[in-house]
Amino acid sequence: MCGIAGLIHRDGPTSVGEEMTAMLRSLKHRGPDSTGFAVYGPSMPNEYVMRLKLAEQEDLTKDHRIRQKIRERQAEVDGRLAELGAETLEVAEATPYAFRYRLRYAGDTRRLTTEIEQIEGAEVLSFGSALELIKDLGDATQVSQQYGLGAFRGTHGIGHTRMATESDVDIRSAHPYWAYPYNDIAVVHNGQITNYWIMRREMERLGHRFMSNCDSELLAVYTANNLEQGATLEDSLKASIKEIDGVFTYVVATENELGMAKDTMAAKPMVLFESDNLVALASEEVAIRAIVPREIDTSDPYDEEVRVWQR
Amino acid sequence: MAAITRGELTEQERRSHEMGLHTEKLGGRSIQKFFDFDLNEPASGFALPNAYDVDFNKRAEIDASNMPSREVNLRIRELMQDGYGTIVIKNPGARHSIAVGILNRLNLIIEGSLGYFGLGLIDGPNVRISGRVGWSCAENMMSGTILIEKNAGSQFGAAIRGGDLVCKGDVGSRTGIDMKGGTIIIGGDTGAFSGFMMQRGRMVICGNSGKNLGDSMYDGTIYIGGEPESLGVDAVWGTMTDLDKEWLERKLRLYEVAPKGGIGAFRKIVAGKQLWNYDNLEPTEKKLVL
Repeated sequence: MCGIAGLIHRDGPTSVGEEMTAMLRSLKHRGPDSTGFAVYGPSMPNEYVMRLKLAEQEDLTKDHRIRQKIRERQAEVDGRLAELGAETLEVAEATPYAFRYRLRYAGDTRRLTTEIEQIEGAEVLSFGSALELIKDLGDATQVSQQYGLGAFRGTHGIGHTRMATESDVDIRSAHPYWAYPYNDIAVVHNGQITNYWIMRREMERLGHRFMSNCDSELLAVYTANNLEQGATLEDSLKASIKEIDGVFTYVVATENELGMAKDTMAAKPMVLFESDNLVALASEEVAIRAIVPREIDTSDPYDEEVRVWQR
Repeated sequence: MAAITRGELTEQERRSHEMGLHTEKLGGRSIQKFFDFDLNEPASGFALPNAYDVDFNKRAEIDASNMPSREVNLRIRELMQDGYGTIVIKNPGARHSIAVGILNRLNLIIEGSLGYFGLGLIDGPNVRISGRVGWSCAENMMSGTILIEKNAGSQFGAAIRGGDLVCKGDVGSRTGIDMKGGTIIIGGDTGAFSGFMMQRGRMVICGNSGKNLGDSMYDGTIYIGGEPESLGVDAVWGTMTDLDKEWLERKLRLYEVAPKGGIGAFRKIVAGKQLWNYDNLEPTEKKLVL
């Protein structure tokens, strides 16, 4: 099953972290395995937020030396950032294994993330100037509290509650997926992609790397690849309906846009609410009601429908 | 053992037989119409659980603001048990599976929207919903009427056997999939694969439909006032008769649905009857026919 949700405010920043938490809390029954958020705030020139993990949650109970290893890995991260000329403005330890770095950096961001990921056990979960991506095992309330998401103010966000069907229950398989190494792109997905391996190999031949065996990661990489080739988000979403097989509904966020696409069979649900100031969409209307409690008009996007909204 | 009732046909029944409709009356449990036993007679040895005698003049309200679906449904049942025949549900908040399994006559007014599987497995109530309904509304409905003022999700009226299911707005995909009777009326547009494997009953689409309308339908009739994106396998255009137009006019007037192009714009889609077991063709021969 899985539950996906997204929202975009068109009248400036609000408590997006709190709103996304409320939406995903009401979708908990669609997937208890993990929860993830990608929220977007204001961006500053040459300032980036990097979210990374240096171990899996389960390592904490399996490996008695893991805390020492994490310290060593973090020291390695700090060293490489300094070597690359990145100024670390702030470091926060969201959990014993996940960290948030705020950086000032004028160099090649692809090189920076690649260098960090070469450290054993390190995985960059997101990198961007507006994007904050958090994901972990547990429900929306737990993950949001753990990472202090409630205080986040921004304009848009997407989120996901996962019921694992195609891959493991771990952070690596949790959504949203950031599209390494492209800044500020995140994807959440509900469905199954049946030509995953064919498409993955095609992406790998183009030089992209995959960190998981989860079919949803393909959508993030595919979207980032299309945008890099010069396509608009709308072009990419439309192309995906023709090129990607399976049953799926997915939502993509970039620095300034929110988009959605539904497959040819319309087999996965999506409910949409649009007003002048707010667009909210979710697998179930209860999620929209969690942030818009008044009586509203909603609709179901049809098969092969693609929509994009700007902030 | 109960026997199927075969009484003298009234004029109305004769006309509806001519149109291929069964003699459904929208007034209570469908089982009562087909068998000759008296449900209130203990000697018949037949008791149906959760079916109550209610008084339409007794009215009650349920504020569902902080109630889980199960509690709302239990409260409806308690009220029916106490003879309440008119129940108003306020603040349903798009919760799932509200008002399912109601097996007697009831005036049910829902002020707000329902989530998924609302009004499933019902047999008899007359329902009015001021908001929207999510996926699989009225699945397996046996009899009664449901009138929805706004939009509806996919699988609207899946596998219904009887009753009138009306949505004044747009509905999602696979409307009336596997329907086996009854009437579905859509004031706006419907999505892809509507009427998929339809076996009986009537679907009225005032607007347009998505692709593969009536795909693999066995029987039944689809009326469309707008344009289908495409017809499905073995769905073919039929001929509109005066009787069709008369029936459409009456049904749409009854539910105050006004199609943009008027009754004259409607066309009819029926099963080509080349796909299923209507002949003795071998599978390879069927491929040639289709």
